[in-house]
Amino acid sequence: MIKSTELSKKYGDVTVLNIPSLEIPKGQSFGLVGNNGAGKTTYFNLLLDLIKPTTGKVINNEIQVNKSEDWKPFTAAFIDESFLIGYLTPEEYFYFIGELRGMNKADIDTFLNQFSEIFNEEIIGRKKYLRDLSKGNQKKAGIVAALIGNPEVVILDEPFANLDPTTQIRLKKLLKDLTKNSKTTLLVSSHDLGHVTEVCERIVVLEKGNIVKDIKTSEETLKELEAYFSV
Amino acid sequence: MIKHFLNFEWKQFFRSSYWQKSIALNILMGFLALYFMLTFLILGISIYPLLKKQFPESDPLILVNGFLFYWFLGDLVMRFFLQKLPVVNIKPLLTLPIKRSSILNYVLGKSAISFFNFLPLFAIIPFGVILIFEDYSTTTALIWMLLMYIFTLIINFLNFIIEAKSAETELSFLPIIAIASGLFALNYFEIISISSLLGNAVNSIISNPLLILIPLAILVGLYAFNYLELKKKLYVDGSLKAKAAVATTTDLAWTRRFGDIAPFLQLDLKLLWRNKRPRSTIFILVIGLLYGLIFYPNPTYQNMPAMFVFVGIFVTGIFMINFGQFIPAWDSGYYKLLMSQNIKYKQYLNSKYSLMTISAVIMFVLSIPYVYFGWKILAIHFAAMVYNIGVNSHVLLFGGSFNRKKIDLTQRAAFNYQGTGAVQWLIGFPLLLIPILFFYIPYKFINFEAGIITLIVLGGIGIIFHQKLMNFITKRYLTSKHKMISAFDQNN
Repeated sequence: MIKSTELSKKYGDVTVLNIPSLEIPKGQSFGLVGNNGAGKTTYFNLLLDLIKPTTGKVINNEIQVNKSEDWKPFTAAFIDESFLIGYLTPEEYFYFIGELRGMNKADIDTFLNQFSEIFNEEIIGRKKYLRDLSKGNQKKAGIVAALIGNPEVVILDEPFANLDPTTQIRLKKLLKDLTKNSKTTLLVSSHDLGHVTEVCERIVVLEKGNIVKDIKTSEETLKELEAYFSV
Repeated sequence: MIKHFLNFEWKQFFRSSYWQKSIALNILMGFLALYFMLTFLILGISIYPLLKKQFPESDPLILVNGFLFYWFLGDLVMRFFLQKLPVVNIKPLLTLPIKRSSILNYVLGKSAISFFNFLPLFAIIPFGVILIFEDYSTTTALIWMLLMYIFTLIINFLNFIIEAKSAETELSFLPIIAIASGLFALNYFEIISISSLLGNAVNSIISNPLLILIPLAILVGLYAFNYLELKKKLYVDGSLKAKAAVATTTDLAWTRRFGDIAPFLQLDLKLLWRNKRPRSTIFILVIGLLYGLIFYPNPTYQNMPAMFVFVGIFVTGIFMINFGQFIPAWDSGYYKLLMSQNIKYKQYLNSKYSLMTISAVIMFVLSIPYVYFGWKILAIHFAAMVYNIGVNSHVLLFGGSFNRKKIDLTQRAAFNYQGTGAVQWLIGFPLLLIPILFFYIPYKFINFEAGIITLIVLGGIGIIFHQKLMNFITKRYLTSKHKMISAFDQNN
């Protein structure tokens, strides 16, 4: 589904990302871990053509992302709060995204019903603008918006950060269901090794822009990762 | 402490991508400043001999004092529109071991060293020096100069209050217009002759220097008032954090008829209505509409249709200019979303274009009553509307692709007055002045109708080639996409 070849990003002389080759097959749940500055967000930004690669290319379902905009209809992402439109209410925001993805209001309302557990009555119908919600609730809205319209590729940067424990558990279940039931390719990054091993079937460890580990998740993966990071 | 603040200030200015991208604009501002300084200098040097020559039997100092009211009023209005209030990012400082008082004194002190406080000195000092040479006592001259400077600072802090207060309400610059015209009217119709009162006050202070303590007390009072007002806002739950307004949901179903640009149109309308900065562009419409009343009834302009073209472009294009020059910065807060969502750039830009077009048409319709002052005015307004739709709107959209300055919509609390300064008005000039030229040349060499037709034809060409122009503009935006994303990511 997503193929990166000879992908690198340099700022001046500093290489922040250097991936000779990485292929994520369709339907895989893919986890990216690494310390700060490892290049996780840079990689996601490159997938979304938000920054320009220094070398190489990203191909999303046969489409090279910086050449054509045709990958947008089947790709959705939530990277940070700058993906939210602060002066809209959450409902309006969902309707807006829905409209861009060809869903009408009724579709969106049905779609939102399945998230009532996660929303915990704090998001829908509260007559609040997104900018006035707490960080955690903003994140919930952003993640749910990224799932609108059954995109084939979903990219979430640190989806668990800022969320309360209950929501973290619910979100894990939601993400697992997402890849189990549909053909969605899921890409998440996280600092929480436990969460990411639970959700993802494949984990890639980045360090200073390079891939240092590419693991198929198993019972031992968490131990292996913990051993790796406890230096 | 001040040393650190100044250091931050310096870094913020030179490290912002805005500075690096718009050196040309900064140079232009520099020239403008130089021009004003020269003008004031010439005024300061020449006013004494001029008054002496015109009114040989009066004392020039008394005459000048009599006119001070107009000077101060003009200064106040000028400042309101051109002087930027100091923007200091307070929040990171609050938890550091810095006394709140030093933050506040710094903010207020910073406004005192504004260019607008030095500018009057270019007139005050030469005039004062001439006074000394003209056999006034040195004390008189010195007291006068000191007094003028105190007044300048009083106006500075008065403006601070007015600007901060009007930023809190939704009225934008209506308060200043009301205050200034109220004072002017009171004086003009001699209900209270403020100008002679002020003149007498200044005269008596000069003759009795101890009285200078009164204006000094006023200055201290205003400073203290500002200080206390700002102090209230220094809490994160106060004005630093936006108050949670009760959201009103609207679905704006009527926008549906605009087809695939409808979602963006809805977004833009909500943007305009729900955020203070863009909302002020709506209030400007009222001012723009009334602008014609200054020129049309005035007989001096009757034989200057070029002046009417200026008014016409202004009236039908005021929203366009105010809104358009910040495309796409209005959306800078969520630009990454727009760039990764299922959106075609062209649709997005077309929505902005439609909004500007609609505004021009509405403004034209609303300005139809000006036909009272002659059919020529209606014709000019129509031509101006066509020109705005066909030419200026495309120019604004094109210019937007060079936009690198973020507008932070969420920060609407005090200390946030970004983007409201002289620069904003400066950008509008070519949009207003070039059509005058296009009108004036055929008008001068052929006739009035030829001027009108030129404007309409130019606008018509723009409208006919709209699709082609949009393709070109879209390409520009696509090329600068990554630069814009990274610039909008910066906070200053």
